Amino acid sequence: MEATIEVNGLRKRFGPVMALDGMTFTVQPGQVTGFVGPNGAGKSTTMRVILGLDAPDQGTALIGGQRYQDLRCPLNHVGALLDAGALQPSRSARNHLLWLAHSQGLRAKRVDEVIGQAGLESAARRKAGGYSLGMRQRLGIAAAMLGDPPALLFDEPFNGMDPEGIVWMRGYLRSLAAQGRAVLVSSHLMSELQDAADHLVVVGRGQVIADTSVASLIASASGDRVQLRTTARTEAMTVLARAGATVAVTGPDTATVSGLAAEQIVTVLTHNAIPFSEVSAHRATLEEAYMELTRDAVEFRAAAPEEASR
Amino acid sequence: MTVPTITPYRSAVPEGRDGFAQLVRAEWTKLRTVRGWIIGAIIAALVTMGLGWFAGVGGASSCNSVGGGPARSGKSCAPSFIEGPGGEPVTDNFYFVRQPLAGNGTITVRVTSLTGQLPIMNNGRGNPNQQEQFRPGLQPWAKAGLIIKDGTTPGSAYAAIMVTGDHGVRLQSDYTQDTPGLPGAVSPANPRWLRLTRSGDTITGYDSADGTHWTQVGSVRLGGLPQVTQAGLFTTSPIYQSLTENFGGGSNGSEEPSTATGVFDQVALQDSRPPGAWTGSYVGSGDFSPGIGSYRQAQDRFTVTGSGDIAPVVSGPSGPGGPVITIANLLIGTFAGLIALIVVATLFITAEYRRGLIRTTLAASPRRGRVLGAKAVVIGSASFVTGLVAAAAAVIVGEDIARSRQFIFPVSWATELRIIVGTAALIAVVAVLALAMGAMVRRSAAAVTLVIAIVVLPYFLAIIAALPDSVADWIVRLTPAAAFAVQQAVPAYPQVEAIYSPAGGYYPLPPWAGLLVLVAWAALALTAATTLLRRRDA
Repeated sequence: MEATIEVNGLRKRFGPVMALDGMTFTVQPGQVTGFVGPNGAGKSTTMRVILGLDAPDQGTALIGGQRYQDLRCPLNHVGALLDAGALQPSRSARNHLLWLAHSQGLRAKRVDEVIGQAGLESAARRKAGGYSLGMRQRLGIAAAMLGDPPALLFDEPFNGMDPEGIVWMRGYLRSLAAQGRAVLVSSHLMSELQDAADHLVVVGRGQVIADTSVASLIASASGDRVQLRTTARTEAMTVLARAGATVAVTGPDTATVSGLAAEQIVTVLTHNAIPFSEVSAHRATLEEAYMELTRDAVEFRAAAPEEASR
Repeated sequence: MTVPTITPYRSAVPEGRDGFAQLVRAEWTKLRTVRGWIIGAIIAALVTMGLGWFAGVGGASSCNSVGGGPARSGKSCAPSFIEGPGGEPVTDNFYFVRQPLAGNGTITVRVTSLTGQLPIMNNGRGNPNQQEQFRPGLQPWAKAGLIIKDGTTPGSAYAAIMVTGDHGVRLQSDYTQDTPGLPGAVSPANPRWLRLTRSGDTITGYDSADGTHWTQVGSVRLGGLPQVTQAGLFTTSPIYQSLTENFGGGSNGSEEPSTATGVFDQVALQDSRPPGAWTGSYVGSGDFSPGIGSYRQAQDRFTVTGSGDIAPVVSGPSGPGGPVITIANLLIGTFAGLIALIVVATLFITAEYRRGLIRTTLAASPRRGRVLGAKAVVIGSASFVTGLVAAAAAVIVGEDIARSRQFIFPVSWATELRIIVGTAALIAVVAVLALAMGAMVRRSAAAVTLVIAIVVLPYFLAIIAALPDSVADWIVRLTPAAAFAVQQAVPAYPQVEAIYSPAGGYYPLPPWAGLLVLVAWAALALTAATTLLRRRDA
C-alpha cells in the first residue's frame, strides 16, 4: 500500500555505538503507531533512515515499496517533523513554509492552508526565532502537512507542549489516522501516547522489543490474573479447575486465578453457589507495561557498555 | 486485532514538481528571506564602491617637492604626459638625425657599435650640486637604428627598426608594438644591417647580418601618415632606475638619465627627391627635456648619442610618481566586498547545518547533488549581480571623481568592460567556492576563515609587496587570488624595463586565465563538497 512504511533489518553503527541492531517493524495506514523507547534506543536514527537522511549499514526502509531517495516530490508522500528547532531564526514562519513549498512546486495557497490548520495565522509573519517550543512544533506539523502526504513521521511532537496542546495533538494524530494515513509518532514517555496510539512499537538498544496493539500489550502486562477472596476456598478451586482455570493459593482465603476472565469466574462461582467476597482483575497501566518491557533493555545498557562496543 | 478495514488516504492536493527549477526557486526564497544576508550583500556592494571612490579622490597630500615652486596639490601634481596615437601616455625622447622622406622610399644603414653610459647612483642621497657621474654600461633597452616618423612632434606616429642593448634587433611602431628580429649584440665584428621601406601607409622592416641576405622582420600600417615624413637615424637610452621595494608596500628609488651611442655607416636614403643634408636635433618633452644628445658625421660615418625612450609609459613602482592611477585602483575595495560576500555565501549552507535545517532541505529534496547545484546557482547569480553593480559604480563614478584630481591611465571600453564584468565574475565564483567550503566544513567560522585564507590573504600578501616578487608571482598564479588578474588595467610591455609585480597591478597570468584558476578551485571544491554531501549522513 502506498502509505505503508516498512522497516526491515536496519543496522547502523556510530563509531563504537550500535545505534540500530536489526530494527524491523511496519507502520500501517489508518492507525497511529507509537514508537516508544528510552532515549538512545534508536528512534530518531530510524526516522532519519526512513527519510533517507542517514544511510543504514544494512537493511531497508521503504515507503509504499519505494526507497525515500527514489520518491518524486517526497513531501507528497511522506511528511515529517524531526526537530522543531530546525529553523532559520530570522526567517518568518510563512517564508519557511514558502521555500519548502517552492522546492516541490507547490503553490503559496497551500502554505496558507497549512498555516490555518496549525492555528498559526496570527504569528505566520513573525520571525520563527521568537516562537515558543509549542509554536515551533505546530510550525513543524504545518511543514509536514504541506504536501498532504498519506504517511507521517513525528519525532517527539509532544515536547514542550502545554497540557492543552497535548490534548490537541492527540486528537490531531487520531484524526490523521482516521483519514487513512499511516502515522508514526515517537516518544520516550508512554503516558503521552495514552489515548493517542492504536499500535505500539517498543524499542530498546536498536531493536524492537514489542510490536503489538495497545490493548494486547496491556493484557499481557496484566497477565490475565484475577484476585479471588472466598471462605470456601477448596470448593472454589475444584469448580474453577474444572472450568479450565489455574488457581494458585496465596493465603488462607485468597487465591489468584488465571486462564479465566473475571466475568467468567463470577459466573462459575455463582452457578455452583460458592460464596465469595471479592473478584478483582489485576489490570496494568500502559506505563507499567512499558516499564516492564524496557527495564531489561535499560539495565543491560547501563551494566554492559563493553557489550555495545564489541 | 483492532485494525479496521481502512481506505488509504488519497490527497486532494495536486502533486507538485520537483525539478531543478523548483530547487533554484526554493533556494532563492531561502536567500531573500533572511534579512541579515541581504544586508550583508548590500554592505559588500557599498564597501566596494566606497573604497573605490576614496581611491578616486586620492591622497590629500600636497606636493611641493619638484622645483621648489609653490605648493600644489591634486591633479596639478600629476605629471603631464604626451599621448601616443592610441591615446596612451608615452615617452618620446631621442636624438634624431634626419631628413625629409617624400612619398615612398627606402632607408638602409649598417650599425657597427652600440655603447652607453650609466649614471653612478647614490640611492637618492646625492648632492644636487655635484656633477653627474657616469660609468660605462648599456641599458638593455638602449636603442639605435632607423626611424620613419610622422614629424618631430613628440607622440606622433612612427615605425623604427633598431639594435638594442640586450634584446637583439627589434621592429617597433607606435610605442606599443614590438617584433623581434635577429638576436645578439652588435659590435664592429658583428654588425647589423637595417632597412625600412615605406609604401603608402605600410612600413616594412628588414635586417641582415651581411648586407646581402635580408630577412623581413615585419611590416606595420601607420594610418594617416603624411606625404612627407621625417626619416633617419636615432639613438636613445631609457632612464636608469634604482628601486628598492619596501616591506609593506611602496618603493624607494632614484632615477637618472643614461646615454647610448650608436655608430652607423653605409647610410642610403632613396626616395623621389635628390639626397639632402642631414639635420640633428633632440626630440622630446617632459622633465628630462631638453635631453642629452649629439651627433657627429665623419664622411660616411655617423656617431649618434641620445638619451630617453620611445615607449609607452608604464604604471606601478617603475612608473611616474604623483597622483597617477589605473582603473584597477578604483576596485581596491573588491577584497572588502569579497569578505562580506564570503560570509553570506558560507552561511547560506553552514547556517542550515547549525540549525539542523539541512535535514529539512534534504528530506524535501533527496537528490543532494542538485541541492548543492541549486544553491551554487543562486548564490553565484546573486553575487554576480551584486558584484556587477558594485564594480560598475566603483569604476564609472570613481573615474568621474578621479578625473579632476588624478591622472588615470586611459583604457579602451573593452578593457573597462572586461574589468567590471571580470570583477563580478570573480566575486560570483568566490561565493560558489565559499559555499562549497561551507558544505565541506559545515561550520561557519572555520569555513569563512578558510576561504579568506585562500582567496583574500594571498591577494593581500601579493599586493602589499610583503613577499619577494617571484613568490608573489607564484601566489597569484596558483591560489584563487589569481583571478584578480581580471583587474589588470594596463598591459605589461616587454619592451619596457620595469617592475611588473602584483603590487604594481601586474599579474603573471592573462585576465581570463587567472579567472580560470579560480574557476578550477571552485569546481574542485564543489565536486568534493557534492561527494561528501552524498556520502555523509545529514
